[in-house]
Amino acid sequence: MTANPLVALIGNPNAGKSALFNALTGARQKLGNYPGVTVERKSGRAALADGRPIELVDLPGTYSLTPTSPDEQVTRDVVLGKQAGERLPDALIIVADASNLENHLRFALEVLDLGLPTIIALNMVDLAARDGLELSPDALSAALGVPVVSTVAVRKRGLEHLLGALTLLVGEGAVALRPKPAPMSFTERRDWARKLARATIVSETPSRRLTHAVDKVALHPVIGPILLFALLFVMFQAVFSWSAAPTELIEGWFSTLSDIATGNTQPGYLRSFLVDGVINGVGSVVVLLPQILILFFFILMLEATGYMTRAAFIMDGLMARVGLSGRAFIPLLSSFACAVPGIMATRSISDPKDRLTTILIAPMMTCSARLPVYAVIIGAFIPARTVAGGIGLQGLVLFCLYVGGIVGAMLAALVLRRTVAKGKSSGFLMEMPKYQWPSVTDILLGLWQRAVIFLKRAGTIIFTSTIILWTLLSFPKPPEGSTESPVSYSAAGRIASGLNVIMAPVGFNRDISLALIPAMAAREVAVSALATTYSIDAGDDEGRVEQSLGERLKGNWSLPTALAFLAWFVFAPQCISTIAVTRRETNGWKWPGFMVGYLFALAYIAAGVTYWTAVAAGL
Amino acid sequence: MRLDLLPPGRAAYIDRIEWDSLSLGEAQRLREFGIDEGSTIETLHRGGLLGRGALACQVGRMTIAMRREHALAIHVRTGPDTPPQPAPGAPAA
Repeated sequence: MTANPLVALIGNPNAGKSALFNALTGARQKLGNYPGVTVERKSGRAALADGRPIELVDLPGTYSLTPTSPDEQVTRDVVLGKQAGERLPDALIIVADASNLENHLRFALEVLDLGLPTIIALNMVDLAARDGLELSPDALSAALGVPVVSTVAVRKRGLEHLLGALTLLVGEGAVALRPKPAPMSFTERRDWARKLARATIVSETPSRRLTHAVDKVALHPVIGPILLFALLFVMFQAVFSWSAAPTELIEGWFSTLSDIATGNTQPGYLRSFLVDGVINGVGSVVVLLPQILILFFFILMLEATGYMTRAAFIMDGLMARVGLSGRAFIPLLSSFACAVPGIMATRSISDPKDRLTTILIAPMMTCSARLPVYAVIIGAFIPARTVAGGIGLQGLVLFCLYVGGIVGAMLAALVLRRTVAKGKSSGFLMEMPKYQWPSVTDILLGLWQRAVIFLKRAGTIIFTSTIILWTLLSFPKPPEGSTESPVSYSAAGRIASGLNVIMAPVGFNRDISLALIPAMAAREVAVSALATTYSIDAGDDEGRVEQSLGERLKGNWSLPTALAFLAWFVFAPQCISTIAVTRRETNGWKWPGFMVGYLFALAYIAAGVTYWTAVAAGL
Repeated sequence: MRLDLLPPGRAAYIDRIEWDSLSLGEAQRLREFGIDEGSTIETLHRGGLLGRGALACQVGRMTIAMRREHALAIHVRTGPDTPPQPAPGAPAA
């Protein structure tokens, strides 16, 4: 079988490459990794105008073929045919921002020098028009000798033309090289790009400068930071207030499912396994899907609109004080969704010490897997009332937990940059893209991918750990007539009692120690573990079976214990995936080992301080 | 004058850049952004509330964020021959 022709998308960052990739491939995408490096490989299938299928690959954005970071290295190696595990592309699509031609054409000229069959997609022509630019793709095509097509990727405009031009270019398998032009120096290319840009621009009226107007507010030294924190505050409030209705709906489904399972089974092991283990365990995590999607919605919007780099700009001053740069803020903010892509995003940081520090503190950013834990505990112990100015108390507590993680991370960075990751303070140099209204499809596609990943986790890691836990909790059974609870008598209960010797001083009870063990796989397992434990503990007691997890927690835990449990999860590195990605990124066990050690120590201290402070305050 | 002294909203020509005071990677990135001798640059915003802030500049049609250390390495000139609103992509002086 011969593989489909490979077409690579290449271009400067912010040229709209990913939007074009989404527009061309739709949902037929595959996320993977290049072998040996952690750079994400995004590929998908598309069809040419004559129906032939092609494989499209979205290369990391770069400003030149002289790489300064691992992901730029991949882009260079792929187009030179040197990347392990990747063929030399049959054709390239250079994506250039129509409103920033001069700069993007310089890189385009460098890519054209490679001599591969190439098309230039003059993207975002709508934004160029908004800026008062009128362009002639034909003039550019004539000057360069390659097809030039105008596109608006986010509005799916120009795609047919692009695929039409590509159809003519992609031959039957063989890579047809164009004659290689004489190589030029950086300056020669820059000067030629300027001339070309001027020849391509038909008319230019004074631009409306929408981006500048917004930046006057967004980057204002006083209003800017206030706006950023207000935005983050709204984000965390929304996670609770928008999710109420969909969460109730999913809870309803699982409760129906539970009733069906109960109705169709005899009391005994099978019913307990299905209802207590599978449905309660997995269900308690799946109900949190709406909250996780709301969080990801905000992060995707911040990235797609171009605001994310403004946040980095605002944060640079603060980040500089702890020895990092504003650039580290972007992976850290992504880590609020999940530390795994966050840690992978650090590959755009070129300074190795800067990057290591960012990796080590990323797990302290409150990831979405903590939300299930926080949501259950806050829901059970913090009253749903409003405090001054109509702010929800529950949302406020959640906000404080996020702030706790951030403050912890900043202090850790400060210490790390002066000890294990000592080095010269790194610079902050980045392009801030134009503001743009994101396409609904791109956002939905991003949410869809996140939902699938989350549900897969619920279906695999969480399902498996729930079953193992159910087994350990159910056997051995206490002898007939014993007054001891089934959980205390079980294997899991005995292991937890052992662990609890260490955990009791910080206010944890046996059930928490029990939940912490399977939660090493993933934090949200703590919730399903607690659900399974209390479900089995309730046995066939009618009144207690009807209780929700929150009600059961309230009956078994004191408020200081609940608060200590929250504080523990601000720091505890309980996530196999994060540890694995850290090992891969740092090439060994040294740094993940260090990370796990220092974060558990912090978690223990934080839980202890919280517990004893709360006890002293008489809570 | 050095770029960090250029008042916001005022365009200037880049006369000289102390490339030696920048790391290789930073120098390359500045060039890739179009910041080079002969380009036109304008400062737009300064971050300030949270520590000594970064600087946002307009070069061609791009907005670039940089730190004060970078701005200190860039020598600029404003003068009567500087057009008040230079067209983006204007030829080098």
